[in-house]
Amino acid sequence: MEFDPTVLARIQFAANISFHILFPTITIGLAWILLYFRVRYTLTGERNWEHAYYFWVKIFALSFAIGVVSGITMSFQFGTNWPGFMEQTGNIAGPLLGYEVLTAFFLEATFLGIMLFGKRRVSNRLHLVSTALVAIGTTFSAFWILSLNSWMQTPAGYILEDGVFHVDSWMAVIFNPSFPYRLAHMVIASLLTAAFLVMGVSARRMRDCVDGPATMQVFRTGLVMAMVLAPLQILVGDLHGLNTLEHQPAKIAAMEGVWETDTGVPFTLFGFPDEESRTTRMAIEIPYAASLVLTHHMDGEVLGLNEFEGEHPPVAAVFWSFRVMVAVGMAMLVSAWWAGWKLLYRRQSPSDFLLRVFSWMTFSGWVAVLAGWYVTEIGRQPWIVSGLLRTEDVVADHGSGMMLSTLTGYLALYAFVLFCYMATLRYMASKPAASLRASGQEFPRPGTEGAN
Amino acid sequence: MEAFLPLFFAGAMGLALLIYVILDGFDLGIGILIPLGTEPEKDLMISSIGPFWDANETWIVLGVGILLIAFPAAHGIILTSLYIPVTLMLMGLILRGIAFDFRVKAESGQRSLWNRAFFGGSLLTALSQGWMLGSYITGLDNSGPGAWFPFLIAVSFPALYLMLGAAWLLIKTEGHLQQMALRWARLAVLPMGFALLLISIATPLVSSAIAAKWFTLPNAIGLAPIPLFTSLVFIGLLWLLFRADDFLCRHAWLAFAALVLICLLAATGLAYSIYPDIIIGRLRIDEAAASSKSLLFVFWGVAITLPAILSYTFFVYRIFRGKTTELTYD
Repeated sequence: MEFDPTVLARIQFAANISFHILFPTITIGLAWILLYFRVRYTLTGERNWEHAYYFWVKIFALSFAIGVVSGITMSFQFGTNWPGFMEQTGNIAGPLLGYEVLTAFFLEATFLGIMLFGKRRVSNRLHLVSTALVAIGTTFSAFWILSLNSWMQTPAGYILEDGVFHVDSWMAVIFNPSFPYRLAHMVIASLLTAAFLVMGVSARRMRDCVDGPATMQVFRTGLVMAMVLAPLQILVGDLHGLNTLEHQPAKIAAMEGVWETDTGVPFTLFGFPDEESRTTRMAIEIPYAASLVLTHHMDGEVLGLNEFEGEHPPVAAVFWSFRVMVAVGMAMLVSAWWAGWKLLYRRQSPSDFLLRVFSWMTFSGWVAVLAGWYVTEIGRQPWIVSGLLRTEDVVADHGSGMMLSTLTGYLALYAFVLFCYMATLRYMASKPAASLRASGQEFPRPGTEGAN
Repeated sequence: MEAFLPLFFAGAMGLALLIYVILDGFDLGIGILIPLGTEPEKDLMISSIGPFWDANETWIVLGVGILLIAFPAAHGIILTSLYIPVTLMLMGLILRGIAFDFRVKAESGQRSLWNRAFFGGSLLTALSQGWMLGSYITGLDNSGPGAWFPFLIAVSFPALYLMLGAAWLLIKTEGHLQQMALRWARLAVLPMGFALLLISIATPLVSSAIAAKWFTLPNAIGLAPIPLFTSLVFIGLLWLLFRADDFLCRHAWLAFAALVLICLLAATGLAYSIYPDIIIGRLRIDEAAASSKSLLFVFWGVAITLPAILSYTFFVYRIFRGKTTELTYD
């Protein structure tokens, strides 16, 4: 069987980048949560915050290590899979990636050592500073890589000479039109992902009765974050969508499943977009809603996919990814406010059902983030740089046999690592909390205390 | 200024890769030595690299990053030619990195599995890097001597990492483990010499231009200090390992310092051979360079951050100086 090498190169890169993004998403958010724990410990001297810190810093380290090694893979795959991309956009992509390495990677990796093993060797103040530097490092990293990605979506500040991009203005390149929205959307997504992760694991520990006094403090931290950030994310997402409508209308048309340009366009809740017949089958629609959301007018005009025939992304993948992202976002909003009303307003202790819901939602952030990235990345196709450079023109020619075998290898490795990661998190959550042991209560389940 | 930029970046890339080889070299060497230690020794060996390894492996990202930023055309050619060893190395790095964290966090029953993954990942990484280096210095040409040189270098190159790993353990450990490290170093030192010899003769063998640089007068006299000095340091290292081991155990940094010196000399020799090419016989540094506007933008970044990176790296190494004790999170 012969496969199209462009398709295989894209699947391989997509597999890698999908796997990779899971871990930075956690570490960007978790780094700030850890800093909060450390600050609270420094201010109050309360040991529970320190217990929380040392439990979560281990999960941070594990996630960080997987993020680093899968990130190294990416830095090489730019060259092995897309040599044409680097040859043509290298003047722009190179420096942005370079600044990420120089300002972020070393900062994170070096000071992580102090965060993990420095307790007996450095003062609390230096420990706090190290934690802050790591948090800043993770966010710098997001800044540069999202600037590059946004430039690929909404290129600006360049001069094109003989098919090679040159920089006209660095400010215009870095702060390209979609960058502020994408950065805000992704940083909030990371914080939300980390918030649901800490809530999920804490809920699991409470259900397993291995929780200590710190566990509930951690849960509340995540809860307050989620209550604030979930609605904020919807607002930022809306602004991001408006920006996309302005610069990449074909992507929006695919997200909405709108084929014909029209006014007063309905929002399709559910349906099956079909590129053969260029219709959406079995559509369930809300009248005028798409026009209202996108143009903020009931009768606003929305460009349809037929305006971009042959130059629009695959519709079904974008359409469905968008719905998955929105659904998970809504579930986050509802669950956070429901729990907030129960725990913070009515001051009840969490019911088993509530804990169960949050333990289900442990990795909900991953689902939303992946779906969101599929919307924006598949939504950019057939371009690698919107409107300027086609993906199929920059792909490496390795032959499909070679691509297929390395792809299989990567997929097997990623599935294995992901399985181990989740199993290890589950195992770490099942061990009694340090704050429980410190609080002097009898520990109910002998034999589970692992070497750590 | 603008004419000097490509050369500056070639130098920065070489420096980043040299630092990578030395720093992650000892991590990888310890990874390969892991099966030889007893259970508590395994923990101690891994503890000795615990606070450093994440930052150490970042140097390869900087090296490849500079290749990509400053020489995008060469980046594409080199990485597509080295597709197989690069893929294997990446899998090795993934395995090594995750094993490091999983072995202490996963259920204790899985520890021996993760120890094996740590060993396998380190070995695979070292072999693939040898293969990459071998292919690169034979001009990415798979015919003639280029066919078997990469293979020979691939299998002997890990000896350098073994030496670095053992020398690091000499510094960070004491007692039985330190004696074991001395034994491992004695076993690895000659294979390492062989690897260095292979790397040194590879470039003149594949390229007559490079051979001419090294073996015609008066050039040869000017260059003679490099092989001469390397040999002296190597003999000094042999003396330390076989004739002055008590002295070495008390001044354990000497072996590591000798290795750093050897790596530095080897890198200088290699850089001299390859210059002014970036891909031997095919592409020159100035031909492959990105536009000077882009290079200038990154130049300032490198000029400001690289000294900062080096100083905080030094700072963290100082914080964790001294003999390694049990690794503890709290």
